[in-house]
Amino acid sequence: MAIDFLYPEFEVVRDKDKCIGCRVCERQCANEVHSYDEDLDCMVADNAKCVCCHRCVALCPTRALKIVKTNHTFRENANWKGEHISEIYRQAGTGGVLLSSMGNPKDYPIYWDKMLINASQVTNPSIDPLREPMETRVFLGAKPEKVEFNSRGEIKNNLTPQLKLDIPIMFSAMSYGSISYNAHESLARAAEELGTYYNTGEGGLHKDFYKYGPHTIVQVASGRFGVHKDYLNAGAAIEIKMGQGAKPGIGGHLPGIKVGDDISKTRMIPEGSDAISPAPHHDIYSIEDLRQLVYSLKEASDYKKPIIVKIAAVHNVAAIASGIARGGADIIAIDGYRGGTGAAPTRIRDNVGIPIELALASVDQRLREEGIRNKVSIVVGGSIRSSADIVKAIALGADAVYIGTSALLALGCHLCRSCQQGRCNWGIATQREDLVRRLNPDIGYKRLVNLLTAWNHEIKEIMGGMGINSIESLRGNRLMLRGIGLTEKELQILGIKHAGE
Amino acid sequence: MLKEGEIRIPSGCAISGMISTSGKKINGSKIVKSIATMHDRSNGLGGGFAGYGIYPQYKDLYAFHVFYDSNKSREECERFLDRHFDIINLSKIPVKPNQTITAEPLIWRYFVNPLPTKLTDSQLDEKEFVTRSVININSNIEGAYVFSCGKNMGVFKAVGFPEDVGDYFRLDEYEGYAWTAHGRYPTNTPGWWGGAHPFAMLDYSIVHNGEISSYDANRRDIEMYGYKCTLQTDTEVITYIIDYLLRKQKLSLEDAANVIAAPFWSTIESMPKKEKDKLNYLRNAFPGLLITGPFSIILGFEGGLMALNDRLKLRSMVIGEKDDMVYMASEECAIRVIEPELDKIWSPKGGEPVIATLQPKAMAKL
Repeated sequence: MAIDFLYPEFEVVRDKDKCIGCRVCERQCANEVHSYDEDLDCMVADNAKCVCCHRCVALCPTRALKIVKTNHTFRENANWKGEHISEIYRQAGTGGVLLSSMGNPKDYPIYWDKMLINASQVTNPSIDPLREPMETRVFLGAKPEKVEFNSRGEIKNNLTPQLKLDIPIMFSAMSYGSISYNAHESLARAAEELGTYYNTGEGGLHKDFYKYGPHTIVQVASGRFGVHKDYLNAGAAIEIKMGQGAKPGIGGHLPGIKVGDDISKTRMIPEGSDAISPAPHHDIYSIEDLRQLVYSLKEASDYKKPIIVKIAAVHNVAAIASGIARGGADIIAIDGYRGGTGAAPTRIRDNVGIPIELALASVDQRLREEGIRNKVSIVVGGSIRSSADIVKAIALGADAVYIGTSALLALGCHLCRSCQQGRCNWGIATQREDLVRRLNPDIGYKRLVNLLTAWNHEIKEIMGGMGINSIESLRGNRLMLRGIGLTEKELQILGIKHAGE
Repeated sequence: MLKEGEIRIPSGCAISGMISTSGKKINGSKIVKSIATMHDRSNGLGGGFAGYGIYPQYKDLYAFHVFYDSNKSREECERFLDRHFDIINLSKIPVKPNQTITAEPLIWRYFVNPLPTKLTDSQLDEKEFVTRSVININSNIEGAYVFSCGKNMGVFKAVGFPEDVGDYFRLDEYEGYAWTAHGRYPTNTPGWWGGAHPFAMLDYSIVHNGEISSYDANRRDIEMYGYKCTLQTDTEVITYIIDYLLRKQKLSLEDAANVIAAPFWSTIESMPKKEKDKLNYLRNAFPGLLITGPFSIILGFEGGLMALNDRLKLRSMVIGEKDDMVYMASEECAIRVIEPELDKIWSPKGGEPVIATLQPKAMAKL
C-alpha cells in the first residue's frame, strides 16, 4: 500500500566514470543491492535494500562507490521525527514488534565523555612505561577475609579459584549462532595469545574450540543450550547470564533458519528449530534460587572455577549486586544499556536499563559500604569504546571490562545494526557459509590482538602519567577522575568531584 | 578555605628516625637536632615527633594525647573517656611558649585503661576497643582530636618547623629507646595541628615523605574494615593499612611490606617456588592495599622501627649504623649531624624493608 512506502534511508552513489562494471559489488552484497542492467549496460542499485555496511564501498577496486544518508525528508517536526513516523507505518503495516541489533544508539548522556583523568605534576613524579615496569595484570575472584597460617607459621593458600588476566579486558558473551564460527575462532585465539578470556555466550561450545578452554568462559543462560558436564568443566570460569544490557528483562530468540547442523549439535537442539531463551531462568525466581544455581555449578565443577553472574544494569542494580555478592558469586558482570545484541526489540533496547557508568559507581560504592567489595570482582561492559573508557571504568571501581562491539569492529563490523537479518557481509553475524568465509580467523585474531595490545599501551601511558604503576592502585581510585558538565546529583552518584575542585 | 580533612593536601617532607637496639635511653634533643638539619625540606607548616619508651612509669596504660579546640570539646571528650575508660592520670602536656608556634589548641594527656565492663560488653579485644573509641572521638566529637593513643609512647606535633615544635614540647625532657621525626612541606594548608605528622594508631606511628598515587584506592579499601580516614592524608591511610595488616591479619613486618610495596610480577616470577607462591598470594589477596607513587616511611612500633621505600624508590632514604644505634633519614646529613662516624651507611632498595628491633634482653625489660 502506498502509505507504507518508505523512502530508502541510504542512497548508493556510483561514479559512472570510475565504475568498470566488474560486478564485485554485486557479488559482495548479501542484501542484493547491486545488479547489472543489461539493457542499460551499467550497474544499478536498489537503495531500499542497503543497510550501509560499506562492504561494496570497501571492495570496489576503483573507489566508485559511496553511501550517503538520504536528504529525502518528512516535513520537519521537533516532536514527530522521521524515525517515529516511519516506525508507525511499519508497525501499522505488519502488526509486528520492531527488531534492532547492536547497542542503544540514542542520544542519551555518555558519562565516559564527561569524566577527565588526572596526571602528576611536581609533587609526585609521573612514571615512564618505557623505562619502568607498568603492571596491568588482574586477578578476578573472591579475596580471602583472613590470612591463615599453618603450624609452622607460614601463610596458607586459602584463595578460592581466580581468573588471571594479563590485561584488564575480556571479550564479552557472544553466542555461536549470533556470530559465526570464524568470529568465535578469532576471539578464542586472541584471548589465548593475550592472556585473557572470551565468552561462549549462551549457545554452547563448538567441539573444535574445547582446546581454548583455559581461555574460555562458558555461559549458562536461561535456555541452557549446550550445557552439560564437560562443557561446564571445559572453561576457566562459568558465567550465569541473568540479563543483558541491550534487553534487560527479556529472553532471546535464535530463528530456526540459523540453526544448521553445527549449531544444532553445539546447542543440543534439533536442526531448524527456534532456540528460545526464556525471559527468566525458570529455576530462579529470587535471589535464594540464584544462590542454589551458583552452588550447583560449583558442585558440578568441583569448586575449581570461579562463578560469574552477569546482570543488566537496571534501576536497583546496587541492591541486586549486593545480593549476588552474598549469594556466592565470585565475579559480578554488569552490562550497561548501551551493550550490543544480535537482536532485540527496538523499544526495549532503546528505553530499558541505565548507563553502565552510573551502575558501576553505585554498585562499587554499595558493596564497599557493606564491606563486601572484596568478596567479588566487578566486570563491566556496554559500552567500552577505548582505552580511556577502560581507565575511567577501573578508576570508578571496576576490576576489568568486557568488550563486545569493539571486538566486532576490530573484526570488520561497520555497525550497520542489521545483525538480526543474518546477512552480515563481513562474515561476523551470519551463518551463511559463503559469508562466514569472508572473515579469515588468521587475520581476525591478529586484529583483535593488535587492538588490545594498543589499548594496553595506552592504559599504561595514562597510568604512568598519574604516577600509578600497577592497575590495582587505579581500581576505585576515584580521586583520579573529575566530572565535566555534570550536575551535583550526577557527581554524587559517580562519587567524583567536578573539574576545578 | 577548606580545613585539612575536608580536602586532600599533597606535601613533600623530611623524615628521620633512630633506635638504640640495646634499649639505651636517647634524649629527645637528639632527634630534634637531626630533623633540624633538613630544615629546607619543610616549610614551617608542620613538624612532629614520636618517642618510644618515654612513659616507663605508666607503661601498661594507653597514653592519649588530645588536641581540643575549646573547653567545651574537652568536657565532651572527657565525659566520653569517663564512660569508657579508667582514667589513671590526666594533665596538660607541658609546653614552652615559642614565638613561631601559634594558634595553639588545648593539649591534654590522659593515661587510661578500658573499663573492664565496657570492654566485655563490646565483645572486642582491648586494642580494637581502644582503636574504635579513638576513631569515634575523632569523627564524632567536634573539636576533639586524639593524635596519640599507644602504650609507653607518645606523639608530639604542631604547625611550625620541626625544631620549633621540639622546643615547644620540651622534648629535651623526654628519653626513649627510639624516636622518629617529621618536617612537613604541604603545598597548601590552612595549618591545622592535627594534620601534622607523625600519624599514630595504638603503638604504631608513621612518618612519611611522599605523595602516593594510590591514595583513593587505598582509602576506599581500608575504610571497609572499620577505619575512617578523616584527615585525607597519605600518612593516615598508610597507618591504618599497617595496623590492619599487622594487628588484624597478623602478617609479619616483612609481609606487610610485601603487600604495600609489592615486588613486580616479573620479579616474583623469577623467585624460588615457595617465595613466589607466598608473594603471588599476598598480591592477589590484598590488591587494594598496594601503595604506588613516591613514599619513604618510618614505622614506629613497640620495640622497633621499620623503614620502607616505594617499589620504584621515588624518595630518598638512607640507613646508618653505629654500634647498637640504627639511624634512618631522608638525607645522610640528618644522620651525620648526630653521628659523624658510622660503621655502615647505605640506601635500601625500593620496596626493601629495613627493620631494627630491640635485642631480646632489652625487649624483656620494656
